[in-house]
Amino acid sequence: MLSIKNLHASIDEKKILKGINLEIKPGEVHAIMGPNGSGKSTLASVLAGREDYEVTDGTVEFAGKDLLDLSPEERAGEGLFLAFQYPVEIPGLSTTNFIKTAVNEVRKYRGEEPLDAVAFLKLMKEKMAMVNIDQSLLSRSLNEGFSGGEKKRNEVFQMAMLQPKLAILDETDSGLDIDAIRIVANGVNKLRSKDNAVLVVTHYQRLLDYIVPDFVHVLYNGRIVKSGPKELALELEEKGYDFIKNEFKVEA
Amino acid sequence: MNNLEYIKERYNQLPSVNDLNGLGVIRQKAFEALNKMGIPTTRHEEWKYTRIGSFFNKEYQYQANQSAVSANELSAVRLPGYEQANEMVYINGRYSPELSVIRSKGLTIQPLEEAAKNEYKDIVSKHLGHSSNYLKDGIMALSTAFVQDGVFVHVKKGQIIEHPIYIYNITDARQANVLAQPRTLVYVGENAQVKFVETFSTLGTQESFTNRVIEIVVEKDAITEYYKIQTDASHASQVATTHIQQIGKSYTHTVTVSLNAGLVRNNLNIVLDEQYCEAHLYGIYLQQGQSHIDNHTVVDHAKPHCESNELYKGMLDDQSTGVFNGKIFVRQDAQKTNAYQSNKNILLNEGASVNTKPQLEIFADDVKCSHGCTIGRLDEESLFYLRSRGISENTARSLLLHGFAVDILEQIKLAPIREYVDKLISERLEFDLA
Repeated sequence: MLSIKNLHASIDEKKILKGINLEIKPGEVHAIMGPNGSGKSTLASVLAGREDYEVTDGTVEFAGKDLLDLSPEERAGEGLFLAFQYPVEIPGLSTTNFIKTAVNEVRKYRGEEPLDAVAFLKLMKEKMAMVNIDQSLLSRSLNEGFSGGEKKRNEVFQMAMLQPKLAILDETDSGLDIDAIRIVANGVNKLRSKDNAVLVVTHYQRLLDYIVPDFVHVLYNGRIVKSGPKELALELEEKGYDFIKNEFKVEA
Repeated sequence: MNNLEYIKERYNQLPSVNDLNGLGVIRQKAFEALNKMGIPTTRHEEWKYTRIGSFFNKEYQYQANQSAVSANELSAVRLPGYEQANEMVYINGRYSPELSVIRSKGLTIQPLEEAAKNEYKDIVSKHLGHSSNYLKDGIMALSTAFVQDGVFVHVKKGQIIEHPIYIYNITDARQANVLAQPRTLVYVGENAQVKFVETFSTLGTQESFTNRVIEIVVEKDAITEYYKIQTDASHASQVATTHIQQIGKSYTHTVTVSLNAGLVRNNLNIVLDEQYCEAHLYGIYLQQGQSHIDNHTVVDHAKPHCESNELYKGMLDDQSTGVFNGKIFVRQDAQKTNAYQSNKNILLNEGASVNTKPQLEIFADDVKCSHGCTIGRLDEESLFYLRSRGISENTARSLLLHGFAVDILEQIKLAPIREYVDKLISERLEFDLA
């Protein structure tokens, strides 16, 4: 589904990603862990198409297409979803209107008819129940004045509405207490199927107690330096990132 | 003959110039002030960024005859909900009783010239021209010099005027360039409630210049809403002055919507002249092409315990230019004042610009005041957020800009007018309201 080969990316001439290789197949959950500044969020941003980053080498294939050649909205149309670390507050635009526009633009991209009001409402009710989000929250301006937990729940709700092939969760647990993490993780788990995949980007192991990965990758200094089964996350939690740092000295 | 000389000649031809019992004195004074000050240039501090001199260097017809503006033409400029509304129609600056429809009880409309002599003469002599205390320039004087063409609106004490008063300022520029000076004095009696919506429309392709002055006096326990919607053609320019004097503990709410026209200068003065007054001022401007919008506001806290709340927002595209100048005075007497002011701008094009100047002058020591302004571009992170959900870049821009306008739109309490303005803004932003 997603095939990253030798991906290099930089921001303002500063090299962040220095040759990432990663394969994700349908039905899989991958976790990317790593210390601060290792390039985790950069990877998520580059995949979603954030324009601040420049890809200097490598390829990314997603669902048979050259992902790097697509605009952010085309990537979403192809089924890629990024749950933001810091969801943006948009005054004057209700979540409902926003998500309706998004659903119908994605449908248009896929050559499908837009949903009428009744069908949209039905879909929304169903997904609201699934991710446990309240109508009153969705009538308000998008993320404006939302708590950290509400913002993240709204991200999962949007994910449920758009039904992506690949969901990238960028530090979704940051700033959340354990109850909020559980609610968000439950939402994500309900959306998992054999046809879609999840890439969890996180600093801490705790989110992985709830969203259990098939593979864990350790990102350090712009490269994946270690991959393994879910137990690798526990090892990292126990030993801290220093053991990785000692094992893989920073190369000039 | 240029416009100004022509206007002066017209003034001298007026028959009632020596009529000192009515409006003669105030007119004479204004005419002298006009001669002394002339039309303001950019050397005048309050006109630094707005040039109107060129409008007075060419030929205009002054208050041209009320040429045949047909019922059909009037229908084209009517606002939604007009079937129930009161409608005041000005053609080329003169009030047209024939085209106007007054439905509500307790609402009296008559020529200022008459009101200056009859039972209303005390109100007229006390309040007419009060705006000149705040706007000391030739363009204000020019309006007052011809004040005898104006209209007096009286809202009876205790009367709740349920349906709004729509004011249509129509200039007929089909034959020639037209200068129009519609003038109104409104008196809102004790405990009365009234809502105004004012629009400007130019017929034809010649130029029009409108020098509009409306003065509104608000008595104790009265509530006044006033909406100004500017959507005129690019060859139509105007100076539009709204002067509100709250002489009793009262509530006013104004929204100024500027979506089109060539050059627009709005003066909005609110004088809080009694304790416990409340005033809310909102504005939204969307400019494009070569258009110019200038919002000058003054809130004068003259008495204690008053509150004012001001928010103006603008989006400027192409080569358009904007000015915001917001003054708040808190007089020495006006302790316990709450005064807030904010101006936010989004520039959509490198060629667009805005000059914004918030000004607070505080002479009291126990007050809460804040002011601020921002000028920026559309937020890139917001744009990316929307695009990452599959929304195209153009649609994402429309959604964000419409969202920027929403808190001002929500201040239009008249539902049909709010929907109408939302439609205009949405069309401009290519935003799909459905």
